[in-house]
Amino acid sequence: MVLSKPKQQAVSSFASELEIKGRSLWQDAARRFFKNRAALASLIILSCITLLVILGPLLSAYAFDEPDWASMHSAPDFAAGHYFGTDSLGRDLFVRTLMGGRISLMVGILGALVAVVIGTLYGAAAGFIGGRLDRVMMRTLEILYAFPFMFFVIMLVTFFGRNLWLIFIAIGAVSWLDMARIVRGQTLSLKSKEFIEAAHVCGVSQWKIITRHIVPNVLGIVVVYSTLLVPGMILFESFLSFLGLGVQEPMTSWGALLDEGSKSMEVALWHLLFPAGFMVVTLFCFNFLGDGLRDALDPKDR
Amino acid sequence: MSGNYSLVRILTFGSFVAGQFDKDNLIRSKDMTHNKKALAMAVATSILLWGCGQPQQAEPKAAAPAAKQEAAKPLSKADVKLAPVQELVKGNGAEPATLDPAKTEGTVESNIQRDLYEGLVTTGPNGEVRPGVAERWETKDNKVYTFYLRKDAKWSNGDPVTAGDFVYAFRRVVDPKTGSPYSWYLETPGIVNATAVINGKVKPEELGVKAVDDHTFEVTLEKPISYFVSMMAHTTVYPEPQKVIEKFGDKWTQPGNLVGNGAYNLKEWVVNEKIVLERNKTYWDDANTTINKVTYLPIQSQNADMNRYLAGEVEMTYETPIEQFKRLQKERPDEVRVTGYVGTYYYEFNCKKKPFDDVRVRKALAFAIDRAVIADSVMGQGQKPGYGLVPDFVDGFVPATPAYAKLTQEQRNEEAKKLLKEAGFDEAHPLKFELLYNTSENHKKVAVAVAAMWKKTLGVDVALVNQEWKTYLETKSGGNFDVARAGWIADYNEASSMLDLKQTTHGNNDGKYSNPKYDELMAKSREVSDSAARNKLYAEAETILAEDMPLANIYQYVTARLVKPYVGGYPNNPLDNLYTKDMYIIAH
Amino acid sequence: MLKFILKRLLEAIPTLLVLITVSFFMMRFAPGNPFSTERGLPPEVMANIQQKYGLDKPVYQQYLTYLGNLAQGDLGPSFKYKDFSVNDLVSKALPVSATIGSFAFLLALGLGVSLGIMAALRQNSWVDYGSMSLAMLGVVMPSFVLAPVLTLIFAINLQWLPAGGWNGGHLQFMILPVIGMTMYYISSIARIMRGSMIETMNSNFIRTARAKGLPLHHIILRHALRPAMLPVVSYLGPAFVGIITGSVVIETIFGLPGIGQLFVNGALNRDYSMVLGLTILVGALTITFNAVVDILYAFIDPKIRY
Repeated sequence: MVLSKPKQQAVSSFASELEIKGRSLWQDAARRFFKNRAALASLIILSCITLLVILGPLLSAYAFDEPDWASMHSAPDFAAGHYFGTDSLGRDLFVRTLMGGRISLMVGILGALVAVVIGTLYGAAAGFIGGRLDRVMMRTLEILYAFPFMFFVIMLVTFFGRNLWLIFIAIGAVSWLDMARIVRGQTLSLKSKEFIEAAHVCGVSQWKIITRHIVPNVLGIVVVYSTLLVPGMILFESFLSFLGLGVQEPMTSWGALLDEGSKSMEVALWHLLFPAGFMVVTLFCFNFLGDGLRDALDPKDR
Repeated sequence: MSGNYSLVRILTFGSFVAGQFDKDNLIRSKDMTHNKKALAMAVATSILLWGCGQPQQAEPKAAAPAAKQEAAKPLSKADVKLAPVQELVKGNGAEPATLDPAKTEGTVESNIQRDLYEGLVTTGPNGEVRPGVAERWETKDNKVYTFYLRKDAKWSNGDPVTAGDFVYAFRRVVDPKTGSPYSWYLETPGIVNATAVINGKVKPEELGVKAVDDHTFEVTLEKPISYFVSMMAHTTVYPEPQKVIEKFGDKWTQPGNLVGNGAYNLKEWVVNEKIVLERNKTYWDDANTTINKVTYLPIQSQNADMNRYLAGEVEMTYETPIEQFKRLQKERPDEVRVTGYVGTYYYEFNCKKKPFDDVRVRKALAFAIDRAVIADSVMGQGQKPGYGLVPDFVDGFVPATPAYAKLTQEQRNEEAKKLLKEAGFDEAHPLKFELLYNTSENHKKVAVAVAAMWKKTLGVDVALVNQEWKTYLETKSGGNFDVARAGWIADYNEASSMLDLKQTTHGNNDGKYSNPKYDELMAKSREVSDSAARNKLYAEAETILAEDMPLANIYQYVTARLVKPYVGGYPNNPLDNLYTKDMYIIAH
Repeated sequence: MLKFILKRLLEAIPTLLVLITVSFFMMRFAPGNPFSTERGLPPEVMANIQQKYGLDKPVYQQYLTYLGNLAQGDLGPSFKYKDFSVNDLVSKALPVSATIGSFAFLLALGLGVSLGIMAALRQNSWVDYGSMSLAMLGVVMPSFVLAPVLTLIFAINLQWLPAGGWNGGHLQFMILPVIGMTMYYISSIARIMRGSMIETMNSNFIRTARAKGLPLHHIILRHALRPAMLPVVSYLGPAFVGIITGSVVIETIFGLPGIGQLFVNGALNRDYSMVLGLTILVGALTITFNAVVDILYAFIDPKIRY
């Protein structure tokens, strides 16, 4: 307890000058995230890779689609400028890996985003509202699950031509299914918790409960699963190019490079190692990033 | 579910695995099954063989770079010591759609059926015609062919093979109820009423085939065709066991039901895993068969095929991956066998679509392709550059080198630039189109290479479009393409099998090329019986093609496969017709 | 419980019906004809083939015929493999995929859960990073890279295991395929388990258990594991169906006569009856296992009610 009046006055004037900045829960999460060394390192590495992928091709003397007939399937050669070697048609692998990175990163991140948004909302709504809507939504999910997807893609290509954005529709159509089930499971468990009951009693609308209370609490698992989706998307894209959708030659992606590389492992190891190396590092970073985000967003982890 | 329990489960699983792991149970090929007796014999005979084996083995090493069509000089069966276990495992590229000769259309199916059945004639190691069920044949006017069948030919159930079996088979192929995709094969030589039966206008009994008696089979053609007999080696015209088919219906090709007249019979069929054939003792020439069991593996991936070969499970692959070819040739030169294959790889122009209706555009694009680079660097398995439609190793056909083939590539590029400019395309107004191909690593490579060549030499802007197989077929046959990749393999060893392709009415003439003079030449060639005169007509036809350039031939196919050095009797058949009965396993 | 199962069964029928209808009509819209060949069939030949398989009738009539046959358990003839019916092919291929899938699944479950728990208990330590990195290897290495590498090492160089084939399912033919299939699922299960376990370990009732002085293994096995398994179980439902229906990559590389190859080849060959048959199979399996998962939810979290 402060004794004298001048001291009291000094304290209260000091206090009024201090701006009381509150700290939101999101800021708490951000602080926790940045304290996580692995997650921070991953974020930095990922940014480097993104920069490299965007600017890297400008650093090389070669174009990504120019065959160098003199050095086909040749090993990395710093002198000639083929930093990562060449592929079986003599195209520079350094540039191709980076160009492929553009496609793969875009597909991976956007694909995962689509899955997260649609899947989370769908699953949360189904789980929370329950009853007949839940049953209809889940049966629809099962139908979509068993759907012969290849035909759907072939149809898309026929009717809408070959469009990069079509890839996202195709990817979006399948990737959110698992996510929806997982979120629904979590929602079912959360539904019976007391704070939801409290929100109900306070008269919060169903939609607000879903978006303001359920979703932030399932974000942990959602984030972890979405980082698992990213590699799936990247590989899925190479499957789509097999069907004629997806990137067409001479444009490439990490999935396509890995496929080519795995077939010529014994003769041109670099064709496999460099794209694989990039993919492994990127996916590891996503992994730790995801875990870091999950730890940061976990309300119970103080 | 407890963590403890799962650890325990893993440990038990591990010990279960270790206990089961019994090397003697490995169902592997001769490389791995070290049966003591075989080992001793192999050691003894290999010492013996070493002396006589060496020179033959040395030859292919030296010859490998130059001899694209030559394998090791074949030791004859009598010269070598045979292995005690005569079994062969082959890669076969894909699961066969059927083992019924009447419904067959692919090489995958034909490969297996060549061991199960035997037709009137067979093809020899160099692609020549050899007697099969028919001992001899004669024709007076090239219109009526009479085949005299051997008396000791039998089906695997003991029944004799009669002319009636051939009549039944031919009728069955053209019968609309069978739904045979290859019924047109009987229309091509013009068997009397073939077209009418297929169209449902007359009954199959009206087809121009007759069983004069049990061992004489007669075919009547509408117009004389001199090379008819060579067409009779094909799967479609194999005999069929009437009683068996009538008894089992669509299930007659199951193991246990299937009855064939070939050197082998069907023992086991696991779809997508393997097909096992066992020696047929009732085959008339069974005394000369050496191999007792042959297994066909439908391995779709060339790399998987190669890997299983290297692991010792497969003795003969179907093809070789082109990236691995050079290394395999270096490491195992006597195991890589390259044979010419009668087929050509080409890019087809859509002659009905602008600007490809302009012959100058077509010629410019065709000239600017550096075929030597494609054949040697991109493919690199010994393919030869293809300037004409008919490959070099078609029977009796002397390829006339077209004029543009004689120029150097630089000269061709200059010509091409000139032609394209004449047609109205240059930097300000570049030529833009789409190149269609079906999904495959190799097609992709060639397309990328050719597109790069076109871009560099002519400044052409090519968009590469790949579609999966069925979509590609539909797009191409519907004429919705600018330039499309295609390939054509000869059905029988005669130039017309390739040249027929570009007739106006041919089903595969997707580019809709039409030249009445060409059609005339091809029609005339069918009637000429003298092969020299025929070949002259074919040469003229090729010249027309070089003038009009409806397609740009790129390379001639080869069959490049891995064959274990102890597999004897591997032929250089340009049609890739392999008969297991002609092969044998050398002791090793 | 019984009412629940019955209700699900009743719902399954319209679900499957919708699935079949949508698939049937969509497949007819995709370009490509099951019988088209490079040779280009003359029109009369094509007409004969189409008539044999009933494709010359109007689509809705084909649909009704198909439903009629389906009701009798006949999935139709395969358009591509002319000597077999779809029933033949699927009934022979399913056991192969199911066997390999089951082994892979059990392995993935055991290893994945163990790794996840280990990582969760030592959050953010080197044990955590290490075990998660190990788990991640399965996800970042696609099966079409992993399988050839395994073949190269174990079949070609060391010659310990066969490079392919099924041969009735002897154990040595299953080892490499199972390893190839399981890697991806180990990582998924491990990572989800870790996340979920961490959340659970921070709950109040665990804190109570700790405060009570219970030993760690007791806390994990008896208290934390069940609620932590919830998201894992959600993931396992569809994952099990996926793993049972096989991977076309693993089957192609190891020469296994499984369902994955049938499905992909069926779609590529426009083998309508095959694809439909397999779609029905996958649909039925999905519905079944989702129902199982829903029942398991009720066991895991007693507060969940439908």
